[in-house]
Amino acid sequence: MGIEQASQVIPGRTWPSGLATSGVAASDAALRQVLHGLPGVDQVGAEARAASLATRSVKRDAKLWALDMSIRMIDLTTLEGADTPGKIRAMCAKALRPDPADPAVPSVAAVCVYPDLVAVAQAQLAGAQLAGGKPGGGKPGGGRVAVASVATAFPSGRASLAVKLADVDDAVSSGADEVDMVIDRGAFLAGRYGQVYEEIRAVREACGAAHLKVILETGELATLDNVARASWLAMLAGADFIKTSTGKVSPAATPPVALVMLAAVRDYARATGRQVGVKVAGGIRTAKDAIRYLVLVRETAGPEWLTPALFRIGASSLLNDLLMQRSKQLTGQYAGPDYFTLD
Amino acid sequence: MAWDYAPAPESREIVTIAGEYGLFIDGEFGPAADGQQFPTVNPATEETLALVALAGLADVHRAVAAARAAYQNVWGPMPGAERAKYLYRIARVLQERAREFAVLESLDNGKPIKESRDVDVPLAAAHFFYHAGWADKLDYAGLGPAPRPLGVAGQVIPWNFPLLMAAWKLAPALAAGNTCVLKPAETTPLTALLLAEVCQQAGLPPGVVNVLTGAGDTGAALVSHPGVDKVAFTGSTEVGKQISRSVAGTGKRLTLELGGKAANVVFDDAPVEQAVEGIVNGIFFNQGHVCCAGSRLLVQESVADVVVDRLKDRLATLRLGDPLDKNTDIGAINSREQLDKITELSAAGDAEGAQRWSPPGRLPEKGYWFPPTVFTGVSQSYRIAREEIFGPVLSVLTFRTPQEAVTKANNTPYGLSAGVWTEKGSRILWMAQRLRAGVVWANTYNRFDPASPFGGYRESGFGREGGRHGLAAYLDA
Repeated sequence: MGIEQASQVIPGRTWPSGLATSGVAASDAALRQVLHGLPGVDQVGAEARAASLATRSVKRDAKLWALDMSIRMIDLTTLEGADTPGKIRAMCAKALRPDPADPAVPSVAAVCVYPDLVAVAQAQLAGAQLAGGKPGGGKPGGGRVAVASVATAFPSGRASLAVKLADVDDAVSSGADEVDMVIDRGAFLAGRYGQVYEEIRAVREACGAAHLKVILETGELATLDNVARASWLAMLAGADFIKTSTGKVSPAATPPVALVMLAAVRDYARATGRQVGVKVAGGIRTAKDAIRYLVLVRETAGPEWLTPALFRIGASSLLNDLLMQRSKQLTGQYAGPDYFTLD
Repeated sequence: MAWDYAPAPESREIVTIAGEYGLFIDGEFGPAADGQQFPTVNPATEETLALVALAGLADVHRAVAAARAAYQNVWGPMPGAERAKYLYRIARVLQERAREFAVLESLDNGKPIKESRDVDVPLAAAHFFYHAGWADKLDYAGLGPAPRPLGVAGQVIPWNFPLLMAAWKLAPALAAGNTCVLKPAETTPLTALLLAEVCQQAGLPPGVVNVLTGAGDTGAALVSHPGVDKVAFTGSTEVGKQISRSVAGTGKRLTLELGGKAANVVFDDAPVEQAVEGIVNGIFFNQGHVCCAGSRLLVQESVADVVVDRLKDRLATLRLGDPLDKNTDIGAINSREQLDKITELSAAGDAEGAQRWSPPGRLPEKGYWFPPTVFTGVSQSYRIAREEIFGPVLSVLTFRTPQEAVTKANNTPYGLSAGVWTEKGSRILWMAQRLRAGVVWANTYNRFDPASPFGGYRESGFGREGGRHGLAAYLDA
């Protein structure tokens, strides 16, 4: 991927050369030219489009498919100060077999934890049999539930690069398959795009074979123009996934933000041939919300993004609502909440 | 792993369609004096929905006389605050029966349920609410002291927004103290008749609103009736001119809302993603059966390829089919006659050398359908760039400079609406000052609000509907 190729997206604009993956340091000015050359995002229009897609009616077989796919796309998450090995082990069991009563329910894509608990999760998940007969995760944990770790001084990102890289090392050497890093929003808002770019590249390097998700924390970027710019910045720097939020800031994922990010990955793939995934996280609690995001994916990025390899939902309580709606869809009646496990 | 939405049809059981419908005169439904009827058809299936009375001259006399009596004895003398109560009541009943209206509108008109449900019916109710608020404040509308109603209004409305146009006509007329004889379009009479039922339900005094169903002759008889003080017409420019002639010299007040060939102007600094949505909304909303449709896309040459490519991708996601399916984006063409007109003009586009493109996909076998269509390589001189197609057909033209955009946008006998897409606020204002159009939308399209006046220039008509300006059309100040 390279910025030169990205210029196909916006003809008539010349792009600074030397900003590709060659390791050449990116200047703030050069990146500004690229990012501020992106087409603007009209907030009113984006919100209207997201609202209109929210009226799609998903019924019967289409709903069942969406419920199963949503389960397969979940990064089952716990990011609390109070997390313990016991809590992680329970969550891993749930991730593998979300509904003990129904082995047809697929496993989720990944669990998402703090770095110090990666080893606990790995021990629990390594070699475990998947439920549902379908691979739960996408790359690189395909065939098993992956372990994702937040890193880089999550959630604020307020630490030196050295500390952030040590954090990443810690996660990767403990066996993390995926790393969810945060960008330095302060640097981004101050216009120090080069710093953000270089940090992502350094983390990308430190990840080795691990999959890199870049958290933009869109609630702090505030405008949809910034969301589009940060999306492109992360993709150009080598992100495998771009992710909306840490879940620690409100607002977290919103449909208009997801819309803008999905359009960005689509345009980026068109320009460079590389497909970057999108992860929405924070505040997604109901099956209805999840299905609305799937509709956004289908009608914005396109149906080829409807796979856990390219779309993830970071959530915790969402899983039980999906299970509840799934059993309602199959049996015609709602089971009480105590028929679903709380892990 | 293709994921497609399962069919999600809205239930048609919510609305009861009678086998036959009468005229609504003096608060009662009854047959035409000579007993004539005509069928109204579901354009998506060609099934006959109902037989509707065909009003003749005798019925027009009776309706105008009922409206005159109601004006003199009840509605004219009634204090504005009292009139407002009826209008509020109508608005509320419209909201309560919204699903019924939406389903009936989609059945009779062919428009997708998501539009009738989310646009037509809520806006119709909003018009009654808005104008109800004016009824007791007319002295303060800035039109002069103690403005007076005109008397009996003869109102003829089109088939593209049957209920909404009825609301646009009735609400301001009634708020101002006039009484009405409304003639809905021949192909879409049902929601106007349901609205008449709502008037009954709201206890509106007999004769204040009368609904005469029929065809062109009925409309002609109504507008030329000597007992009518005010004529309001929305429809084609051709019929508007005939009405204008028949009204000339009679002293009747006239407002006309006619055709359009609006330019939707996209600059190179536009928010591309939202501009594409605006283009789609501008021309494919309601199958392009919109007088203010953005049927000419004027796109700056430097971004034309990007915009057209994105547009084509987007059109490939549009879902055409059963208007009652909640996921349908494009419904049926309203009538065989209109389908023939769209087909003929599109053929002219081919013959003149424009490149036609439609997304892949099959049309339903029964009913009247036309795929979303984009013509590129269109010149100002082509018929598809000059004549109103009133269908889902977009003509793409390019421009180089803002001045050229204005020149091309204004180079049409019409002047109803225009759209401007740019991130530069100063350019929006510059364009808006120069575009000869009654409505200029900036970074949006087809937005309607009862508080905002709507109407055209030149062959798009005169007079405004909505807002304070719309009240002036029904008042003598």
